[in-house]
Amino acid sequence: MSSQEASRHIPAPLVNPEAQEFFSAALEKRLIYKHCDTCDTPHHPPRSMCPHCHSCQTQWKVSTGKGMVFSASMLRKGVPVPYCIAYVTLDEGVTMMSDLIGFGDVTPPVGTRVQVKFVTTDGGAQVPMFEPVQTL
Amino acid sequence: MNQIVNRARACIVGAYEHPTRHAPDKSVAQLHAEVACGALQDAGLNAADIDGYFCAGDAPGLGPLSMVDYLGLKPRYVESTDTGGSSYLIHVRHAAQAIEAGNCNVALVTLAGRPRSEGSSGTQARAYNLLAPEAPFESPFGLVPINSYAMAAQRHMHEFGTTAEQLAWIKVTASHHAQHNPNAMLRNLVTVQEVLASPLIADPLHRMECCVVSDGGGAVILARPEIARTLKRPLVRLIGGGESVGYINSARMEITSSAAKQSGAAAFEQAGVRPSDIRYASIYDSFTITVLIQLEDLGFCAKGQGGRFVADGKLISGQGRLAINTDGGGLCNNHPANRGGMTKIIEAVRQLRGEAHPAVQIKDCALALAQGTGGMLGSRHASATLIMERA
Repeated sequence: MSSQEASRHIPAPLVNPEAQEFFSAALEKRLIYKHCDTCDTPHHPPRSMCPHCHSCQTQWKVSTGKGMVFSASMLRKGVPVPYCIAYVTLDEGVTMMSDLIGFGDVTPPVGTRVQVKFVTTDGGAQVPMFEPVQTL
Repeated sequence: MNQIVNRARACIVGAYEHPTRHAPDKSVAQLHAEVACGALQDAGLNAADIDGYFCAGDAPGLGPLSMVDYLGLKPRYVESTDTGGSSYLIHVRHAAQAIEAGNCNVALVTLAGRPRSEGSSGTQARAYNLLAPEAPFESPFGLVPINSYAMAAQRHMHEFGTTAEQLAWIKVTASHHAQHNPNAMLRNLVTVQEVLASPLIADPLHRMECCVVSDGGGAVILARPEIARTLKRPLVRLIGGGESVGYINSARMEITSSAAKQSGAAAFEQAGVRPSDIRYASIYDSFTITVLIQLEDLGFCAKGQGGRFVADGKLISGQGRLAINTDGGGLCNNHPANRGGMTKIIEAVRQLRGEAHPAVQIKDCALALAQGTGGMLGSRHASATLIMERA
């Protein structure tokens, strides 16, 4: 993370009971998402009822935290610190809104491989952001 | 088969766009009153004639209550559906339905706001309902209007090869029209090169690809046909409408298309006309990409062909088969209350009445479409489509 990124204030999520599990897992650096056993389809943000088939048989699953950029945009003006919002499609097939970090001043192209990195918000909660995949 | 039903449909009998673009010395309620009076005067009606009132979240107070009180109305039908900038197109559709159902005879729809005086910007987060189910999963990441639409643009470029130059043509087109509008906030002609030389705000969108932030407002009045025929203004009849809500499906991801697919199809079916019949369309232009995606989804061109469709000035009045946003649109003219739907309806009415500026008036404009998007294309939005004819 650049020093500029480190200086950015990230507002704390106002967590509701339905979202609590996601943010509790995030504190343990685990990225979880909801999957419906009835229609075998994931979704995000997490709900107790599947938005695809309306079954209530939804389960939490753990993601590997790896995925690719579906779309992204660096916001450069009108904010104290520029940042890059994105939709990231996890390898498990579900897409979530997040921010990309560690890419410097550029918006990474669609398809860029990324991995999760948990970042602390102003209130202490952790949220999943995504950084370039580290190659060995 | 809907011809007989269509002939009985409600008419838009009054339309008024506030000339102000900066009103630091006026209240929002006051602006609502001024546009209501303007529309009444345009229609040749009195406030006592109004028995239906429609407003959205820009109206101060609880739903329609404060404005009904402030304006001294006696409605027997009220509605305050709020779908952001598309609300007023939905109101017109619902007002027509209420009139046809016999619930009211004369319906007033008002919009007004002062985002310019209040220092609003498209790079600021919208006042989030923190109880919204998506809030914990979006607010930490800084979703604001421009980066939402920018992600749609980025993906459209990736999937279909749309170029920055093609998107810039949408702004150039708006500027060609705005030069003739004395009230427009930005009246200077701009070139594709100038658009692309303006600062990048959120990749790939430049400053000149963003709508203006302006104070002001507008109002329209609908009436049942028997009343409309007694008034002195040219008759503009609503013959088709549609509305729909679109959202990002996290398992399938829909970000390069909009709910205009559904609202447009419904409106065209009800009106019994096709996109190729339309010579004038008001297309919501919060950003350049908004226009391109809606034109595709309404069927004016195939999905993915929007870039070619908007390029080279083909949508400037007099240049091709279709002209859009001849008032200069949100990109150059006006975006009161950060909600552009009302002005989309008003310019379509001007075209059908033959009252657009002569330099941009479509000759014998008999059919017009107004299209609105509210919310954000990159997360969730509502689309509304109206098709009107000169009766």
